[in-house]
Amino acid sequence: MIGKRSRFLTISLIFGFAFLYVPIVLLVIYSFNYSKLLPVWGGFSTRWYVELFNSPDVWSATILSLKIAAITATIATVFGTMAGYAIARFRKFRGRTLFTGMISAPLVMPEVITGLSLLLLFITLKQITGWPANRGMTTITIAHITFAMAFVTIIIQSRLTGSDMSLEEAAYDLGARPVRVLFDITLPLLTPGMMAGWLLAFTLSLDDLIIASFVSGPGSTTLPMLIYSRIRLGLKPDINALATVLIGIVAIGVLIAGLLLIRQQRQRLAMEAQDRQ
Amino acid sequence: MSTPATEPLIRVRGVSKHFGSFTAVDNIDLDIESGELFVLLGGSGCGKTTLLRMLAGFESASSGSITIDGADMAGVEPYARPVNMMFQSYALFPHMTVENNVAYGLKRDGVARAERRQRVDEMLAMVELDSFAKRKPHQLSGGQRQRVALARALVKRPKVLLLDEPLGALDKRLREQTQFELMQLQDKLGTTFVVVTHDQEEAMTLATRIAVMDEGRFVQVGSPAEIYETPCSRFVASFIGSANMIEGSVIEVNGETVVVEGEGGNNRFEVNHSEPVSVGDSVCLAIRPEKIDIALVTDQAATGSQNRLSGTIKELAYLGGTSILRVETEGGRVFEVTSPNRLRSVSGKHVFDWDDAVTMSFPASNAILLTS
Amino acid sequence: MPETQLTTTQAGFVEKVFEWLQRNWAKLIIAIPFAWLLFFFLAPFFIVLKISVAELLIASPPFTNLLEWGDGILPSVSASIDNYAYLWQDPLYVRTYLNSLQIAAVCTAICLLIAYPMAYAIVRAPGNMKLILLLLIMLPFWSSFLLRVYAWMGLLADQGTINDLLLWIGLIDKPIRLLYTEFAVYVGIVYTYLPFMILPLYANIEKLDFSLNDAAADLGARPAATFFTVTLPLTWPGIVAGCLLVFIPATGEFVIPDLLGGGNVLMIGRVLSSEFNANHDWPVASAVAVVLLLVLVIPMMLYHRIQAREGAY
Repeated sequence: MIGKRSRFLTISLIFGFAFLYVPIVLLVIYSFNYSKLLPVWGGFSTRWYVELFNSPDVWSATILSLKIAAITATIATVFGTMAGYAIARFRKFRGRTLFTGMISAPLVMPEVITGLSLLLLFITLKQITGWPANRGMTTITIAHITFAMAFVTIIIQSRLTGSDMSLEEAAYDLGARPVRVLFDITLPLLTPGMMAGWLLAFTLSLDDLIIASFVSGPGSTTLPMLIYSRIRLGLKPDINALATVLIGIVAIGVLIAGLLLIRQQRQRLAMEAQDRQ
Repeated sequence: MSTPATEPLIRVRGVSKHFGSFTAVDNIDLDIESGELFVLLGGSGCGKTTLLRMLAGFESASSGSITIDGADMAGVEPYARPVNMMFQSYALFPHMTVENNVAYGLKRDGVARAERRQRVDEMLAMVELDSFAKRKPHQLSGGQRQRVALARALVKRPKVLLLDEPLGALDKRLREQTQFELMQLQDKLGTTFVVVTHDQEEAMTLATRIAVMDEGRFVQVGSPAEIYETPCSRFVASFIGSANMIEGSVIEVNGETVVVEGEGGNNRFEVNHSEPVSVGDSVCLAIRPEKIDIALVTDQAATGSQNRLSGTIKELAYLGGTSILRVETEGGRVFEVTSPNRLRSVSGKHVFDWDDAVTMSFPASNAILLTS
Repeated sequence: MPETQLTTTQAGFVEKVFEWLQRNWAKLIIAIPFAWLLFFFLAPFFIVLKISVAELLIASPPFTNLLEWGDGILPSVSASIDNYAYLWQDPLYVRTYLNSLQIAAVCTAICLLIAYPMAYAIVRAPGNMKLILLLLIMLPFWSSFLLRVYAWMGLLADQGTINDLLLWIGLIDKPIRLLYTEFAVYVGIVYTYLPFMILPLYANIEKLDFSLNDAAADLGARPAATFFTVTLPLTWPGIVAGCLLVFIPATGEFVIPDLLGGGNVLMIGRVLSSEFNANHDWPVASAVAVVLLLVLVIPMMLYHRIQAREGAY
């Protein structure tokens, strides 16, 4: 019986992962296809990569997206850390319910609604104050910060509620004032969480199509917007090449993170073994 | 096996359990009679829990056979066995009320609603939790949870109740009280209990028989008194209670007693022996701390036992009812001695004090001669 | 002399600022993100609400007249219900809402059926393996969503991999239409949102005390009974969280129906976008958004409650 159950679990795992990975693998394989007609295999070639790297609008879109993502991630991490700290450490303040509501809503809010509402806000603002004169990088960044900070907040909040307060209390006990404790103890402890939050905000921003398309103006095309306009009408081999490059970068990043995690775990195990001796 | 007319309730024959290259249980034979309160006692990793889980059906034996009430248990799933278990952390279903926890097993057996109700109520009354029926486990104290777990396992009227560290999660006071409740309950119901514990005091209180386990094997099986008074090995003597152990060799054998020369020389002890030994055998003497008489050197009333030693008190712990003394002999050997505080002391001055010179003595029959 | 006086007052000012910060740092930590969200998250919804009750006549061209709505909200109240009435009367909108909800619900159910055994299997996997499997679940999540949808275009196209495979096996003799159908939208949504289902389920099953399963078996429950009476009720919060995390965004999904469904699949996200970008009917687009928000507000509040409770632990 137990054997049957674990066999069912293993099979579901294999099928699940096949479902998740087969499309990606095929995408990568076809990026090396010579033929312009995607499904037809015309022999191995790297011509689409050459074409990709020689395409100026791909480069400019990539640079714009990276810039927006970096600024978004940094500011969203600062705001998200503040918000996460506030929710986890200040049990009561006026508007707490509204605050936590506004934090958890963007996690599930359909992007079309967020995009539309922000666009209308920017237009209204321009009517009243004259700013923002043009929609583009600034408006996209503001929009991205708004939804990315919610994700950072959740990470920071769960780290803080998961850890006990004894370290902070020890610092108070040794005579540190609240602000000192915040900078000497709490923030260093939160660094891994902030790094995770930064990375998440960065990828969320890099990945966003819908909100960016709503709040961008002429002349500011992010990478997802560029990809979208190209694939709307069918398959494009150079997009396969682009996808392969992006997936490769992410895979290497995750691989490094995974190896670091495993090494950390090994070190901890080794340390525990030493303790036992 | 000597009385084949009455088949034991649980019969374990040659059971082993391997996890990879690790042997958790090593070729065990065991008979448990109906109505016994049998305790498996041992340190962590000795295989006691694995043996219990094999009886419950959560692990299957790598080899050997387990028979319960005449039926071979090989391949029988946990849910089809005539045994129930009380889990170490109780494993109460957190999303069900006390009542539904207790009723769970009866529902699975398809017991009719009216009967189910009656049996649950009866059981809850027996463990004095009738007023808590509607509560969830997290609204109960540790002791109450323990009783719910007991009720849940007993309501199915199993032939055998398996208890995995039943009192481990309770504090000391509650544990002592619950030990007696558990015994009374067992006496009333007549159910066979098999208890796993690492706590030797708990084992001594509860058990009709104890099996001491080490490295997957039974080291000794017997009544609590047998195990305490005549341990069969150095391991059992030191694991159950405390004992002063003296390694040495036999230098003289006469009739009932032998003379043992302790290591380091210059200390000879005369002790009774039950097993045959001969001159030159290396043996171990075990003397329980409470079986040594102790008196101040100045006290002339000291007894005339066979074995006398003199020394000085190096450490002293006053426990109220008794005191534990550590006495160093001239040869440098340290003995632990318990001495009952029979006289009330009001001045803060006790019979014994640090650095007092004392005489210790014990009759030949008080020491245990261990050969293994 | 006056110079030193000036510096002392300056120093005093800086000191005062520091003092103020020392006393009010907590307020500041709350106030900054709070203000940001109020302004960039909450306020825009009120603008959407306001525009949704305006008339298209004034709104065309929409840029110039926005401010007038701001001043003259009262006169436009009479016309306010028009946009909503229009949505209600046009069977296309009603059908689109219902269709979106249905697609989201079915996809959520399929995600749950695939994700539950996977999450369970990952929890039961040994140490290092567990870590690797979790990373593999998150890997697609870190890579571009748009490109993963695009990958399915290659699989589902008329001359795509699936049709090629079926032709080669001989199951079909001419390509079947897969891309630009509702089926493709289902596949795309399930594929994209599967990790969002697996991760909360994993987090929940991970916390499960497996001795409860033993206890149930010991009390006579067969594996199926154990699952339905113990495992399922105890992992319910994870199931609800995962379902909401899939259902809510899937309802308003725009890219997947657009790329995989073509023009053939009606989903509200697409309608909203085309109402806004193609028809330039901002009031109706806003009304569509408000109604979508109203439809989703209950599941969103449910999600918020779970999130808040998890945080409280």
